Amino acid sequence: MNGPRVNYKVRIRFTKQGKIRFTSHRDVARLMERALRKVQLQVAYTEGFSPRPKLSFGLALPVGHESEAEYLDVDFANEIELEGLPERLTAALPDGLTVTSVAGVAPGTKSLQEIISSCRWEIEVLDGTEEEVTHAVEKLVASAELNVERVRKGKTSVVDIRPTILKLEVMGPTSNGTRVVAELATEKVSIRPAELVAVLGPNFSEGRVSRTHQWTIVDGNQMELAV
Amino acid sequence: MTSVWSDLERVLAQVQKPARYIGCEDGAKAKEPDPSLVSWLFTYPDTYEVGLPNQGLQILYEIINERPDARADRSYAPWTDLEAIMRERNIPLFSVEHHTPANEFDVIAFNLSAELTYTNMVNCIDLAGIPIRTADRQLGDTLVMVGGHCTYNPEPVADFVDAVVLGDGEEVVSEITDVLAQTHETREALLRQLAQIEGVYVPSLYEATFGADDMLLAIKPLFDDVPEVIEKRTLADLAEWPYPKEQLVPLTEVVHDRLNVEVFRGCTRGCRFCQAGMITRPVRERPADQVRSMVANGLERTGYSEVSLTSLSTADFSDIGPTVTGIMDDAQAVGSGPVSVSLPSLRVDAFGVDIAAELQRAKRGGLTFAPEAGTWRMRQIINKLIREEDLYSAVEAAYSQGWHRVKLYFMIGLPSETDEDTLGIAELAKNCVKIGKKYNKRASATVSIGGFVPKPFTPFQWFGQNTPQELQRKINLLRDATRKMHGVNIKWHDPKATVVEGIMSRGDRRLGTVIEDVWRNGGVFQEWSEHFELDRWTDAMDRAGLSIDFFSHRHRTEDEVLPWSHLSAGLHADFLWQDWMDALEEVGLPDCRWTPCYDCGACTGYGIEHVVASATPPAGGSQGTGQDLSSTAVPVQLVSR
Repeated sequence: MNGPRVNYKVRIRFTKQGKIRFTSHRDVARLMERALRKVQLQVAYTEGFSPRPKLSFGLALPVGHESEAEYLDVDFANEIELEGLPERLTAALPDGLTVTSVAGVAPGTKSLQEIISSCRWEIEVLDGTEEEVTHAVEKLVASAELNVERVRKGKTSVVDIRPTILKLEVMGPTSNGTRVVAELATEKVSIRPAELVAVLGPNFSEGRVSRTHQWTIVDGNQMELAV
Repeated sequence: MTSVWSDLERVLAQVQKPARYIGCEDGAKAKEPDPSLVSWLFTYPDTYEVGLPNQGLQILYEIINERPDARADRSYAPWTDLEAIMRERNIPLFSVEHHTPANEFDVIAFNLSAELTYTNMVNCIDLAGIPIRTADRQLGDTLVMVGGHCTYNPEPVADFVDAVVLGDGEEVVSEITDVLAQTHETREALLRQLAQIEGVYVPSLYEATFGADDMLLAIKPLFDDVPEVIEKRTLADLAEWPYPKEQLVPLTEVVHDRLNVEVFRGCTRGCRFCQAGMITRPVRERPADQVRSMVANGLERTGYSEVSLTSLSTADFSDIGPTVTGIMDDAQAVGSGPVSVSLPSLRVDAFGVDIAAELQRAKRGGLTFAPEAGTWRMRQIINKLIREEDLYSAVEAAYSQGWHRVKLYFMIGLPSETDEDTLGIAELAKNCVKIGKKYNKRASATVSIGGFVPKPFTPFQWFGQNTPQELQRKINLLRDATRKMHGVNIKWHDPKATVVEGIMSRGDRRLGTVIEDVWRNGGVFQEWSEHFELDRWTDAMDRAGLSIDFFSHRHRTEDEVLPWSHLSAGLHADFLWQDWMDALEEVGLPDCRWTPCYDCGACTGYGIEHVVASATPPAGGSQGTGQDLSSTAVPVQLVSR
């Protein structure tokens, strides 16, 4: 980035850590709206009966999970100064939400929901020894398909979730369990970390979970969203 | 001091809405636990989202945390899913700031705003590991205190609480802290010293005696140094108490999720059913410039886009027009997006609608009015002196300015109510919709009906509440009458819940057994319809040998000793009785803010008076003054945003 830039549409990258991980996706949206008002920036509003600020978030982070890589796109009503904005926003946000970087986004850019192809997760698996977890991970990686039952709109169907697990390996022990790292696809069929832990083994349970990266594909190459 | 956070953290992923339990609100005070400080735990006995916005608790929380020798945390009733886990894993009730166990505080203080939360209070005391009955507590145990409107008859909870505060808490909370900062040889000595503080009632220092016919004979102090009558506390001037200075902004959604600024306390409209209006007299307005700065600072600090100007009847605030204009101007000057101002209750006249029109430029869904009763006769009895024309001009103003739905609040089961009065509700609604259809084909009126529960310290405190069968019959009458009225929708509150409110509202300390019984049988969250079961209560009443009819449905006589006769809201008993007689004679009483004093006792008894910026009533309608003010309507000029 060459010096301060101004733009209407701004992509914000932030982290969510600590106690605040127990807030919901909607809660974070409201917290962001209030923070933007507190720093007195004019967000653009939707037209119509009940105007809403134009904020669009990426993939919802499940309640209770932390993240080192959350994204938010904001439309501003006028040009804004990006220099110093991460610090100003962080000061206006509650503890645990930290804006790490911001960048202008060209008009017409695809939405966050459309461009993210996969996420990297660090998942703590509890109630099993490291050996048991390692065995389960190896077994899953070696499998060709993994069919699970899904209920949607009252209908039960069988889905193969194996293709959505792009990468899975054991990282090592934590104080309470075993940390695994997983890269999970987010397109079409997707799988949540809790579901992954459940398919690893019926006795395992989920401990601390953190999303560390959100990936996109540009010209066939996987890369992190540029902010 | 200890923390339960590490235990709690492990289970939060398993419960609904875990953000209820993490604190971290903007405005939360992080004063570290320190055994040398007097410590308060302010608790609302319902869920976090219901309890967090409670302004009373937020005010006291700030006042205590400003003291160098004291600190306060907050807690709320855990939802049933977390409670089950807490009981299984021995996690006690905790504060949301430091997750300190509740029994490590000097005081746990509950706000009691609704009778149906009493079992939740007992549950919270038990979850804290504190003996539920005051008789079983010892020196050093956490004291249990209560405040809030329900405490004007605290007798049903007398067995569970150590001290009760009557009236405004801003000053008395500090006086209690001063006492707690001292050392006491015995628990009795401590309680007796607390009882010396004006506005503090210690139920265990009083004995209630009953006659052979179950009638209450007297409630008398057991010691000479304990007052025979406990007077409520009243702040003389709201301007000296600009609290909360830093309203809590929660991380998760709560009810009334907006900035709230109290513009005045007290109301002298004199509606005879309204306990709040009777017990909070006189009217004490906040200066308009203070309101304006509290709003401007509050919006800037919190990032909220909505502010509610709270009081019992905000359109009566002397400077409402210029104040609202000023708020809009200030918000526009800051320029960080649209700000909306809301008034919790709208007066039934065109003036109220004009203000609403300025405030709600975009959203025009529904507008709410509370005529309360269906006929002029009935409205004279309850002293809500709104003429039919006032209501029609209000709804005409609303429909003509773009609203397509009005919501009308009514009560049934009022004194001397006939079926004609009840059916008058349907008639009013029908006429409102007819007016609406002139402007909009989709015009509708939603009629919301609640069963009347007589409250202590009102002229209706002697009236026998309608039975649930009678209330249901009246609901059915209205349902049938409105069935073919196009555009009139009707909603009602469950008359069964009204039964329990009635028992607790005017019951005596014999009900402690009933509350404990219902709680032991799982009756918590009784305000939530999915948890409420009337049978639990009727069974408990039977087991205790107590009659619902005796406590609730029976008319009381002038010479009867009421369970709150040793407490005082300043109102003379003969004023209330006279007002009750006037009600039955269908005689109204004007608002004493704008007409000569009739000496109800609230001002004269305490040597205080109204604090109002304007000695004349605001424009438009008859406004409960009984006067014809329709010709003096002054259009309010407001700046658009």
